[in-house]
Amino acid sequence: MKILVAIKRVVDANVKVRVKADNSGVDLTNAKMAVNPFCEIAIEEAIRLKEKGLADEVIAVSIGEKACQEQIRTALALGADRGIHVEAAADLQPLPVARLLHKLVEKEGASLVILGKQSIDSDNNQVGQMLAALAGMPQGTFACKVDIADGRALVTREVDGGEQTVSLKLPAVITTDLRLNEPRYASLPNIMKAKKKQLDTLTPADLGVDVSSGLKTLSVEPPPSRSAGIKVASVDELISKLKTEAKVI
Amino acid sequence: MSILVIAEHDNVALRPATLNAVSAAKAMGGDIVILVAGANCAAVASAAAAVSGVSKVLLADNAVYANQLPEDISALIAEIAAGYSHVLAPATTTGKNFMPRVAALLGVAQISDIIAVKSADTFVRPIYAGNALATVQSSDAIKVVTVRTTGFEEAANEGGSAVVEALAVVKNQNIAEFVSQQLTVSERPELTGASIVISGGRGMQNGDNFVLLEKVADKLGAAIGASRAAVDAGFVPNDMQVGQTGKIVAPDLYIAVGISGAIQHLAGMKDSKVIVAINKDEEAPIFQVADYGLVADLFQAVPELADKL
Repeated sequence: MKILVAIKRVVDANVKVRVKADNSGVDLTNAKMAVNPFCEIAIEEAIRLKEKGLADEVIAVSIGEKACQEQIRTALALGADRGIHVEAAADLQPLPVARLLHKLVEKEGASLVILGKQSIDSDNNQVGQMLAALAGMPQGTFACKVDIADGRALVTREVDGGEQTVSLKLPAVITTDLRLNEPRYASLPNIMKAKKKQLDTLTPADLGVDVSSGLKTLSVEPPPSRSAGIKVASVDELISKLKTEAKVI
Repeated sequence: MSILVIAEHDNVALRPATLNAVSAAKAMGGDIVILVAGANCAAVASAAAAVSGVSKVLLADNAVYANQLPEDISALIAEIAAGYSHVLAPATTTGKNFMPRVAALLGVAQISDIIAVKSADTFVRPIYAGNALATVQSSDAIKVVTVRTTGFEEAANEGGSAVVEALAVVKNQNIAEFVSQQLTVSERPELTGASIVISGGRGMQNGDNFVLLEKVADKLGAAIGASRAAVDAGFVPNDMQVGQTGKIVAPDLYIAVGISGAIQHLAGMKDSKVIVAINKDEEAPIFQVADYGLVADLFQAVPELADKL
């Protein structure tokens, strides 16, 4: 079984971003970039499936500008077998990304695609579901447990009311939630070895995909700021303020 | 213009998140139709028909839709979506599951988690964990949108008298099966709808200590939440998580106990009307957004709060 893992290069989760003065977007100049945290969990899950003997090959794919080859190398250092980079603009919308991934899934004949449930920059939470729809595959989104057996994936999902378990006929798409696993760190020898692993580069044209979108961003603004209030000295003062000043209890 | 709103329900009752989505639909302007897809869910359709401002309810009542499996629900919605200018659903884990699928089947973009409507084709949505707000415009023929419930008031759940029309469309893709679910049963108000929320973080030290928060919650009729750190540490289940990737809440009063205030937690609660933080570390970032901060050991302050309320 081949597993395709899609990963996204995003700003590091610890960086507090600021909106550009001209409201055209957020300022990422010199910001530390990283593999999207949910995508790290996706890589880890794929590698674990391979270590259990359930997969033969793990392919890491990233779509975006040339720099996202760094994130593909990270995936290779963690244990992915080879990488594919689709060179495109960094801000592609989810539907074109899903269309590109769909072509790669067909080309590679992957039986399982694992993605993060959302990226921490655009916060869309769409690509996995869109890919599943385009490929006519079932989906197990927001996964916290995955078992593969008898041509099916048994996926436990984190839902608003608790957890839900579904059984999916392979090939299938899985998107990861935070508690699916704890990603490992890459060792130095593996980082060195990753440099020699195969990394192919393609373009959307090679895959025959039009990457335009019906959605455009008109402006990006900072949220209304919330200023710090006051410190209270005691529980009594707190209760008094909530009753008489804020009037919320 | 005609707007299709997908009802969120458990086959028994219409969930309030649907009412927030109806309000978003009203802001876009147009005829509002609610789709209730489920099994033995006629009562839900009746409740949807009573929602103020709704002109018609479509009822797809079939065992296939009992568990809202996205493979089948999205095929159904995509088939009936032609003729609508917008398809809306609340941005819950259910809506987020099937709506991108609907958009892909229709070949259009999906707009996630809108918090405001500027016009029928222009919406505001948070990005970067709410550290920026993007105004986006869609030129697609059908706009597929999920609605963040905290951005819109609930539409009145009475006063309407829409007709209910049964749909015979059955879309069984037969590629996914529901196996089981483990839902948390609680007497307390639901986290996303509660007017008061008290949440615990890593500072709670373990799950047993959440009983301290329960005592306060009982006095205030509050829901109980948690930070990602508390959930990751296994103190409490995932459905209690408030944050960027958990639940988004905006109650009248939010009490953060032993929560440092990581960016991703703030993303889930910073629109609360009044925020209280109780933390022994006076440098904790949570104090930068709190209206009332109490620098204290939670193991003394929280029991005292429960006693004195």
